[in-house]
Amino acid sequence: MTTTIDTPDDVTESGEPEIYAPTRAKRAAFPVYLSVFVFTAIWMVPTVGLLVNSFRDPSDIRESGWWTALANPFDTAQWTLDNYTRVLDEGFSNAFLNTLAVAIPSTIIPIMIAAFAAYAFAWMDFPGRNFLFIVVVGLMVVPLQMALIPILRVYTNVDLTGTYPAVWLAHAGFGLPLAVYLLRNYMGSLPGSMIESARIDGADHFAIFTRLILPLSVPVLASFAIFQFLWTWNDYLVALVFLGIDPDKRVLTVELADLAGRGEGALNLLPAAAFVTMVLPLVVFFSLQRYFVRGLTAGSVKG
Amino acid sequence: MSEQPVLVDGDNLGPPSRPPEEINQEYGLGAKAASLVAALIIPFILVSFYFSFLFLKDEDAHKGLKVILAVVVGTVGAWGLYWGFDKLIDRLPRAAANAARPFLFVGPAMVLLTFYLIYPAVNTLFLSLQNRDSSEFVGLDNFNTVFTESQYQIGIRNSILWVLVVPAAALVIGFGFATLVDQLGKKTESATKSMIFMPMAISFVGASVVFTFIYSFRPEGFGEQIGLLNAVKVGLGGEPTSWLAQQPWNNLYLMVILIWLQTGFSMVILSSAIKGVPIELIEAARIDGASEWKVFTRITIPTIKSTIVVVWTTVIITVWKVFDIVWVMTGGRDGTQVVAQQMVQEFFTNRNNGVGAALAVLMFIAIIPILIINIRRFKAEEAMR
Repeated sequence: MTTTIDTPDDVTESGEPEIYAPTRAKRAAFPVYLSVFVFTAIWMVPTVGLLVNSFRDPSDIRESGWWTALANPFDTAQWTLDNYTRVLDEGFSNAFLNTLAVAIPSTIIPIMIAAFAAYAFAWMDFPGRNFLFIVVVGLMVVPLQMALIPILRVYTNVDLTGTYPAVWLAHAGFGLPLAVYLLRNYMGSLPGSMIESARIDGADHFAIFTRLILPLSVPVLASFAIFQFLWTWNDYLVALVFLGIDPDKRVLTVELADLAGRGEGALNLLPAAAFVTMVLPLVVFFSLQRYFVRGLTAGSVKG
Repeated sequence: MSEQPVLVDGDNLGPPSRPPEEINQEYGLGAKAASLVAALIIPFILVSFYFSFLFLKDEDAHKGLKVILAVVVGTVGAWGLYWGFDKLIDRLPRAAANAARPFLFVGPAMVLLTFYLIYPAVNTLFLSLQNRDSSEFVGLDNFNTVFTESQYQIGIRNSILWVLVVPAAALVIGFGFATLVDQLGKKTESATKSMIFMPMAISFVGASVVFTFIYSFRPEGFGEQIGLLNAVKVGLGGEPTSWLAQQPWNNLYLMVILIWLQTGFSMVILSSAIKGVPIELIEAARIDGASEWKVFTRITIPTIKSTIVVVWTTVIITVWKVFDIVWVMTGGRDGTQVVAQQMVQEFFTNRNNGVGAALAVLMFIAIIPILIINIRRFKAEEAMR
């Protein structure tokens, strides 16, 4: 957890010399430090508690709160990896792979389709361009629930329910409005003169798009990719509806929700199981936070 | 979008002094070969799509292989299709090519959007007017059910409460925290912000499990409390509370989970907005003797008003759709149901397409004001470009 959020560089970008920054507010007093510290601690407690619990002996988890383990943290006898091995044996390693199998294509498919469309919206002239783009903006807020029943019916008719392509295409479709919106705004902000000169050199739209615009758009593509990856990894509803609860095909969220539904009997497995579902998104999040934040700031709406 | 330069094919294909025929000669041979390749490659890609698809549907096929195949065939194939059709369009007369090319670029995206969002939305509208297995037209009966039966009324009430409480709380807490850390050193600021932001990476299901160990309840005499809240309460001499069964407050306890998840989002966005407030403005106000509070309410807040609206509406959309938290924590029992969760329940558990669709339509209609706000904001942004 060494990576940190970039302090936005608006200050320097807007032409303000950084030397003014400290005068933005009066110097921080001790109460400010204290309240920030207390607040951060409160925010961390649930996750830290879960992490501590996941390494405790199964009977300890049932019989006492996680904080009791912190009374004597060096009593190594109370720490164990048993929960993790059991959780992984009981379907979570399979679910982990399933989730990867869902999330990777679901992230990649929409990117290319959205990039082509975004280029057209930004740099090509065609009848209905504004109208179609406004439709895309509108679709960003349409609740998923609105689409579930009809799509599932179509899937059932063509025998696609419970297959990976069913989920990939659904995620691609649901993620597309945000992708087109983000990419189009970014591509549209690239200097027109540069594109103009490429055209004078004889490049057509396809060449400009592939050789000029796409390479320049890598930051925003990365932002969207991270966003979409976290979204599809953490999704429960789409996977539940289109992939189902078949033990072989379950993704992590479905597996975890099932475990949580078993009540007291599975209580000792819950913390480790939850961490198995969280570990990859957390790694992605902390290592690529800068891109993630940029994506959020650029188009903070998702349907 | 009026200000944005738009390039029309053919405007600048070569230096203006050269006649078009010359250019055609120069590129002619290569272009012909390319479109021949394109004509061959398109059917090839379509056939390989078909066979890959059969493989992907195959239950026994290896999972990793499926993913690799999907990624490779999907990306390379899609790329090849865009390229191939682009080359075929090159063969059209210039005017026709200019008219057709944009639709090659936006077409696939629009098809996907139509199939996955527009068609289902319209279809759901029709389903909401039909009975539970969609065999009979029932008019507005489903909506009548949704608005008159108490379980749905409670769901609507709860959803409204979620929308009122969660975005406001996430906004106020996020704003407060952003203002506080703005006064700290860069390193402390980044580190603490990361910690608050971290829950954004956790799934709603995961977050629900996290809070299981906060809200867990054991009746007296059934062992030690393993939930943090009850442990604290008992430690202070109180009696344990079954938080998630305690109506109507259990709704608030569930909302806390989502507030915990969303505060980081609002904090990060607002923090960058606060840093964008022109420093001269703040300095000038201070020199004029304005108090910090005045600076905050008269300068900071008005300057970042549009960001506040964006954060607010974005969190509202998230809140409005949340079903996972309720589904996992209480299953909608003890008066905790919300519309999004009841929709899934009607659809799956009760197999009632009619009422399920009616709830979905209700969700959509309720979100229309935000849709309008977003489109207006977009148009205003475009006008400023």
